[in-house]
Amino acid sequence: MENLSGGDALIRALKDVGVKHIWGYPGGAALHIYDAIYRQEDVVHLLVRHEQAAVHAADGFSRATGEVGTALVTSGPGATNAITGIATAYMDSIPLVVISGQVPSSKIGQDAFQETDMVGVSRPIVKHSFLVTKAEDIPATIAKAYYIASTGRPGPVVVDIPKDVTEPNRKVPYSFPNEVKMRSYQPSDRGHRGQIKRAIKALVSAKRPVIYSGGGVIIDNASELLISVARKLNFPVTNTLMGLGAFPGTDRQFVGMLGMHGTFEANTAMHHADVIFAVGARFDDRVTNELEKFCPFATIIHIDIDPTTVSKNIVADIPIVGTCKSVLAEVLSLLEQSNDEVDQDALSQWWQQIDEWRAKHGIYTASRYEDSYDDTIKPQDVIKTLYNVTKGDAIVTSDVGQHQMFAAQYYLFDRPRQWINSGGLGTMGFGLPAAMGAKLAFPDTDVACVTGEGSIQMCIQELSACSQHNLPVKIINLNNAALGMVRQWQDMQYNSRYSQSVYEESLPDFVALAEAYGHVGIRVTKYEELEEKMRECFAMKDRVVFMDICIDRSEHVYPMHMPGGSMRDLWLSKTERT
Amino acid sequence: MKRIISVLLENEFGSLSRVVGLFSQRGYNIDTLTVAPTDDETLSRMTLTTQGDDQMAEQIVKQLHKLIDTIKVVDLTEGPHIERELMLVKIKASDNESRTELKSCVEIFRGHIIDVTTHTYTIQLTGDSDKLDAFIEAVNTMGIMEVVRSGVTGIARGDKFIRAQ
Ligand SMILES: Cc1ncc(C[n+]2csc(CCOP(=O)(O)OP(=O)(O)O)c2C)c(N)n1
Ligand SMILES: [Mg+2]
Repeated sequence: MENLSGGDALIRALKDVGVKHIWGYPGGAALHIYDAIYRQEDVVHLLVRHEQAAVHAADGFSRATGEVGTALVTSGPGATNAITGIATAYMDSIPLVVISGQVPSSKIGQDAFQETDMVGVSRPIVKHSFLVTKAEDIPATIAKAYYIASTGRPGPVVVDIPKDVTEPNRKVPYSFPNEVKMRSYQPSDRGHRGQIKRAIKALVSAKRPVIYSGGGVIIDNASELLISVARKLNFPVTNTLMGLGAFPGTDRQFVGMLGMHGTFEANTAMHHADVIFAVGARFDDRVTNELEKFCPFATIIHIDIDPTTVSKNIVADIPIVGTCKSVLAEVLSLLEQSNDEVDQDALSQWWQQIDEWRAKHGIYTASRYEDSYDDTIKPQDVIKTLYNVTKGDAIVTSDVGQHQMFAAQYYLFDRPRQWINSGGLGTMGFGLPAAMGAKLAFPDTDVACVTGEGSIQMCIQELSACSQHNLPVKIINLNNAALGMVRQWQDMQYNSRYSQSVYEESLPDFVALAEAYGHVGIRVTKYEELEEKMRECFAMKDRVVFMDICIDRSEHVYPMHMPGGSMRDLWLSKTERT
Repeated sequence: MKRIISVLLENEFGSLSRVVGLFSQRGYNIDTLTVAPTDDETLSRMTLTTQGDDQMAEQIVKQLHKLIDTIKVVDLTEGPHIERELMLVKIKASDNESRTELKSCVEIFRGHIIDVTTHTYTIQLTGDSDKLDAFIEAVNTMGIMEVVRSGVTGIARGDKFIRAQ
């Protein structure tokens, strides 16, 4: 058996678990580890400019690929800077391992320089955490960390390592475990057969069904099965913000996103449904609106890997705990064997009704906003242009705000892992580093970060990391010179009192800023120029391009749930409501 | 309704704080909490009591189970079970009259006087929480100086047991 120092053992263990890239930022407590990184070539480290970005980039990489993302930070401020990134991944169930340096064991608890109780600080936002107390434990701990992060309901795992544990002069025998077995952690897989049979009964007897699918389908790579089940049944499908792409956005059976800014047809269909087939979704408050008024007629079938999610907000009539993949596979095979037929008359009436809703207020069929003209560029048109120019094929990351909702509504995602956004935590600053992670994974695919002038400034320093690591992402800045989503709420609920949502002429010149980082900046102020300049942008395959697009400042995102209402209670524009 | 929940978990760094943190994070109250290693030192056994309706109890059990260190979680209140709490009470006992009265009280409640000074008795009592409450009630006027309660521990009645396989 080979003898390795703790630092070398850590990097070797990362290699043995399959890690190729680490996003990180060095500092005192992590320096032994950084030295170990320097002395090998198997694991590549990408230096960011802020630890939050390291975690978001690892997260974006994970969302794009399905693999576990890895970040490395130092103790104290490095660790606390990583917290927002960890919380973001936690809320969206993204598998990450975040390794943090810690002060030496002998100094823990002494308020040592750069000491923060990382295991304590991160506790409510991790799936699990470890404090490694001796070098001998490193391989087994790393194996466990990746196993826990990636199985069951995935999530971030923190591994905190005191500096003495990675000490170069103390060498210990290295052996990486062949498999991980934990008596306290055995995630369930297959759903209860009896419950699945009950679900089949409910599905085939449905008259107004809706399939409501969420991020779980994407995380579990169950998209193809979802499509097969949906096709077999010919039921309408709606996706959550996190589930976009799990069912093709251009498909006739797709009725759009549901929830606060979901389509009229998706929300209204949910409200009137008699059977809701929820797959890998969690009945989030941004989906349900007022719980008491939620879907009054529906029998609810709920598939989720996490027992705590089932019947947490909405009591499921038919709860099924299991992976989306295994349960959907079983549903499909039982449907194929079943002699029961769906009531086709009822279903075609239901489709007729949905098509009427679509025709009346749909965002794809009817125009839900005024046309762009001259120097009034509508944000919706920017997204449509982006869709056309990238042929619907780009990986789109986003930040948080109106631009995020426009991207979710108007870019029709046809495949899973194409749409990457912070749905659960809603973290401004996520978009650019996430795009870097996605671009690293897919260098030949266009990666566009749809952002706003507010959000982009929360991690804009990463423009520098993009140069260093040659990550030519495209930044599509929907510049409305305001914290637009905040301003929309202020318009709607605070009589347009714009408290702290505008910047009073203090915005930077984004074109010059991009150029200062060595990138290309393009400003668009006229609608006629939009498409041509967007084509120019995406033609520059090897360059980071920052498109600063000056959009209509007064635009709001619609539809929008009315507070305290049911799912069908929507504002459709500034003046119309349901 | 009062719930007694038993948890068997890995005796690992941070496992107790994860349980306690879960309760504050999710807005559940812990009324009492006891924890100690079992015959197998790699395991801790924890008993906690809380208030909640069926749905909340179900969520608490599921959330506890979701913690990676947790091996088993059982809501003891769902079946026949035994609960016990230990209480130590220091109480004024400086004259014969109060000493006699206290002694008879302790006898009725099947407690023990485990320490004596010229001014005080220290009394040990075990039982379910209601019994301990009743004792406090009974001696309340006699000058209680200090009360220490261990919190509830519990075990299922009959052949059922909770153990790591
Ligand atoms: C880190 C963080 N701080 C605050 C918020 C609250 N917030 C949500 S949207 C928004 C405005 C975003 O502005 P911008 O990025 O310009 O996007 P726009 O809405 O204008 O498209 C704010 C402040 C948040 N989501 N994240
Ligand atoms: Mg803005």
